[in-house]
Amino acid sequence: MRDLVILGAGTAGTMAANKLRRKLDRNDWRITVVDRDDEHHYQPGYLFVPFGRQDPAGLVRSRHAFLADGVRFVTGEVDEVQAEDSKVRLVGGQELGYDYLVIASGTSPRPSETPGMEGAAWRRSIFDFFTLDGATALREALNGFDHGRLVVHTTDIPIKCPVAPLEFSFLADAWLRDRGLRDRVEMVFATPLPGAFTKPVASSRLGNMLDERKIALEADFLVERIDPETRTLVSYDEREIAFDLLVTVPLNMGADFVARSGLGDELNYVPVDKHTLRSKAHDNVFALGDAADLPTSKAGSVAHFSVEMFVPNFLEHVAGRPMTRSFDGHANCFIESGHDKALLIDFNYDVEPLPGRFPVPRLGPLSLLEETRMNHLGKLAFQWIYWNALLPGRPIPLPTAMSMAGKHLEMQEA
Amino acid sequence: MPVTTIDGHTIHVDDEGFMTDYDEWDEQLASTLAGQIGVELTDEHWKALHFLRTDFREKGETPTLRRVSVSAGIPTKTLFALFPAKPAKKMAYVAGLPKPRGCV
Repeated sequence: MRDLVILGAGTAGTMAANKLRRKLDRNDWRITVVDRDDEHHYQPGYLFVPFGRQDPAGLVRSRHAFLADGVRFVTGEVDEVQAEDSKVRLVGGQELGYDYLVIASGTSPRPSETPGMEGAAWRRSIFDFFTLDGATALREALNGFDHGRLVVHTTDIPIKCPVAPLEFSFLADAWLRDRGLRDRVEMVFATPLPGAFTKPVASSRLGNMLDERKIALEADFLVERIDPETRTLVSYDEREIAFDLLVTVPLNMGADFVARSGLGDELNYVPVDKHTLRSKAHDNVFALGDAADLPTSKAGSVAHFSVEMFVPNFLEHVAGRPMTRSFDGHANCFIESGHDKALLIDFNYDVEPLPGRFPVPRLGPLSLLEETRMNHLGKLAFQWIYWNALLPGRPIPLPTAMSMAGKHLEMQEA
Repeated sequence: MPVTTIDGHTIHVDDEGFMTDYDEWDEQLASTLAGQIGVELTDEHWKALHFLRTDFREKGETPTLRRVSVSAGIPTKTLFALFPAKPAKKMAYVAGLPKPRGCV
């Protein structure tokens, strides 16, 4: 009997467990999934909570209910991975030996890493929205906010869902407009990036969208500390941004057990080969989803496409054959832009987001880098697809590798 | 890739002037590159630059500011003082490494 242990029952861990359970012989393989709790959150839904468009309780389901029969679910906190002995120790002493280990323990916001963020002002004038508690608390704060300076801020990259701060800004602008309050609110978008986004074509398009909405862009802003008394963000190069309401994305870091086990980089992400997701340090360890140090977005979409590629590779690997698939960094993300419209971006390690149509070249029905109602409907529909097809590991009619068909390459030079 | 000559060295650079060939760099060239962006190199600068060179050789990526501060033990505030305004870009430029990749 061989043991596969998967740490984390989020998007990547659940998908991998379900897909592999179908492929690995039950007489030869035991699959164990460990998570600290039994709450699976549909994280893309957090964005709508502050605007009263999503009931927080509707985003939470049971983790174990989404795991296939024949997958053992263990609730427990990982204390340490002892990779030299191929063993996981849980807090409380339980030990799980493994032949192969998949680390899929994600990334989480760490407000305590920025001085002044988590003190008396936390969830009074300073909010996060990429936790369910934070998004719910922000809903109350926004309801009482009718004038002043709203600053949307990113602490440092990488963050989970890098487009989320832009989406939040666009939705807040629309929400304030609908309430007749937009003229009484000044909006600032502060980012450590040199523009609205990293890649030139998308950065210019999204930067224009900030301009159109009169949201001031404060670029290259790397926060050193927050003064909660004067309500000011202070950067390392001593620029200051005052706020009445701060919506921040705190520093994101991988799980602490990754650091305790000596398996992480400076942000607790597991260094992996970016094409196979295998640990650079241990041949029988893989890291999937946000837990890996892939040079791309921390996004459910990356988790999804990389797991599609990982499964056949893993089967080859355990059969003693070379892994023949290579992950290209493919991701696609909807970007809500307010008033029931959204953009869609599709990209990989080498190709930046470009305009065009998706998933069928020239026909769509979705439009890349363009605000449409169809894209918004696509984003809403995805929640159903996530629970009913993606997590159970059923085939999704989207190509795993990115395609250039239907994309407008000439924009890259423009 | 454009080729340019700086201080008697013929080097390959990208559109923004970042060197693209790890082995074309040396310390004399670094001093010249630093001078071009108004930085005079002290021991503290060299500590950061040597960390960048070593880390890139091992990892194949230009390290982020956070990585330099955590792994080389140079506080971010100091990096901003040594390479004002855009330390990540400026360090990479002087160290002869690719422009740091912002994660998408």
